[in-house]
Amino acid sequence: MLQIENLSKSFGGLKAVQDVSFAVKQGSIHSVIGPNGAGKTTLFNLITGVYVPTSGKILFEGVDVSGMPPDELARRGMSRTFQNLQVCMNMSAIDNVMVGAHLRLSQNLLGALLRIPSLRHSEKACRDEAAELMHFVGVGKYVDAAASQMSYGALKRLEIARALAARPKILLLDEPAAGLNHTETAEIEALIRKVADSGVTVVLVEHDMKLVMNLSDQLLVLDYGKKLAEGTADQVRANPDVIAAYLGAAA
Amino acid sequence: MKSMLPSTRGLVVLAAVLAALPLVLPNSFYMDVAVRIAINAIVVIALNLLMGYTGQISLGHAGFFGIGAYASAILTARFGLPPVLALLAGAVAAGLLALLLARPVLRLKGHTLAMATLGMGIIISIVITNEVAYTGGPDGTSVPGFTLGAWSIDGESAWYAVVSVLLLATAWGSLNLINSPIGRALQAIHGSEIAARVAGVDVTRYKVKVFVLSAVVASLAGSINAHYVGFVTPGVASFFHSIELVTMVVVGGMASVFGSIVGAALLTLLPQVLSQFEGWETVIYGVILAVTMIFMPRGLVPTLAARWRPARAATPIAALQLKPEGE
Repeated sequence: MLQIENLSKSFGGLKAVQDVSFAVKQGSIHSVIGPNGAGKTTLFNLITGVYVPTSGKILFEGVDVSGMPPDELARRGMSRTFQNLQVCMNMSAIDNVMVGAHLRLSQNLLGALLRIPSLRHSEKACRDEAAELMHFVGVGKYVDAAASQMSYGALKRLEIARALAARPKILLLDEPAAGLNHTETAEIEALIRKVADSGVTVVLVEHDMKLVMNLSDQLLVLDYGKKLAEGTADQVRANPDVIAAYLGAAA
Repeated sequence: MKSMLPSTRGLVVLAAVLAALPLVLPNSFYMDVAVRIAINAIVVIALNLLMGYTGQISLGHAGFFGIGAYASAILTARFGLPPVLALLAGAVAAGLLALLLARPVLRLKGHTLAMATLGMGIIISIVITNEVAYTGGPDGTSVPGFTLGAWSIDGESAWYAVVSVLLLATAWGSLNLINSPIGRALQAIHGSEIAARVAGVDVTRYKVKVFVLSAVVASLAGSINAHYVGFVTPGVASFFHSIELVTMVVVGGMASVFGSIVGAALLTLLPQVLSQFEGWETVIYGVILAVTMIFMPRGLVPTLAARWRPARAATPIAALQLKPEGE
């Protein structure tokens, strides 16, 4: 479904991502792990069009999408969340989720100004679906709240609801468990499992090893921008290079 | 449906106030002030769509207002066009200029639009002042009354009725827009541009769209104002007028349609009220603005609305406190 070929990104002299290749299978949960500064988030930003790659290719459903802007990728069925929350605090919680459904709704200016009946109906349907999604991710009690009234953990879930509102084929989650306590992490794990079971392919960047090992079908380990290892959780855990990167070379 | 109620209620209140005002206002001087307030409010609502909702600043909106005013003045008086056609021509010109300006500028990040509109506004103002043959230069030029076939708008009361309807229509359309997919996209651009892009919003296109819409409405209001006053001077397109419009948005309340009306009303009235403090009015004006911004940084209407509706905010905050945060 998603194929990364020899992807590189340099910022001036710094090679943040170097010659990384991997493939994500449809319906799987694929995790990207690595020490701080390994280039995980940069890789995410490359895949989702926030950065333009220096070289290499990104194929999404067989089409070369490297360098495409995020809104074009959204149109093709890619959605993501952010490590540093990107929730619109000037809006209500449910409006944030409804933004996720943007591409499926009428973008006719005149129709919007006059609030034509067909728009009224699609808005009602969208609002109901957004409320449902908020319940699905576990923030149902905030349906009538402003985004600014929500806790950090709830906002992380709200972002997932917004991403799901786009009905994506592939969902990229950038550190969904960062800053959460053990209970909340367990809940997020269950939620990601639920999302994957609903047929959405999930790509995950995460530091919480327990979460990653529990969830992932495939893992990609990055270190200093390069691919260090890949495979199933057990394969990666047994890989001496990975152990060296995490525990130090002497180990 | 539930979320539509406050804005519908607001429109009903606005309609009631607009209907009741002529019964309360003692004479035509006050009616004149009311008409000016309504025309300003229309521009301020349009500017608020751009500034308050989308987070893009225009320092040249008086320029678009001026284009409408002078299009109506010149095309009707010198070329004999019917007022409606002149008004539409002005709106098209303002829209095209906005489009030409915004397309390249809004691709860039940061407050480029503020700088570009600042320059554009000043250029429009200079052109109006210098093209004496058409515009009458600094002395201004007179504008014929507004007629549509056999119908004409005569007298304060008739003008008041017309601008009231226009104001209501602007408020209604704007509220509709804000509560539409486009409106959410605009607010999302303000809240987090990257989140909007990832959700599929073509950010540049939407910024251009709202800027053009805002410019067209400003031009229409400029045309109406020209016919109402019967005379235009370069002052309508001046930088000072642009700043006045921005101030009305900020004082009334960013991202608030009804705040725009309150801001327009307050800042149109204030100079009238303060004129008795001869020589000191500018100082008092400045102090009032500064104090408002210090104590109500979100603007009058959003601040007061939040204060009067404490019950609504209380529930989720209480829920927050029960939930342990972090580790």
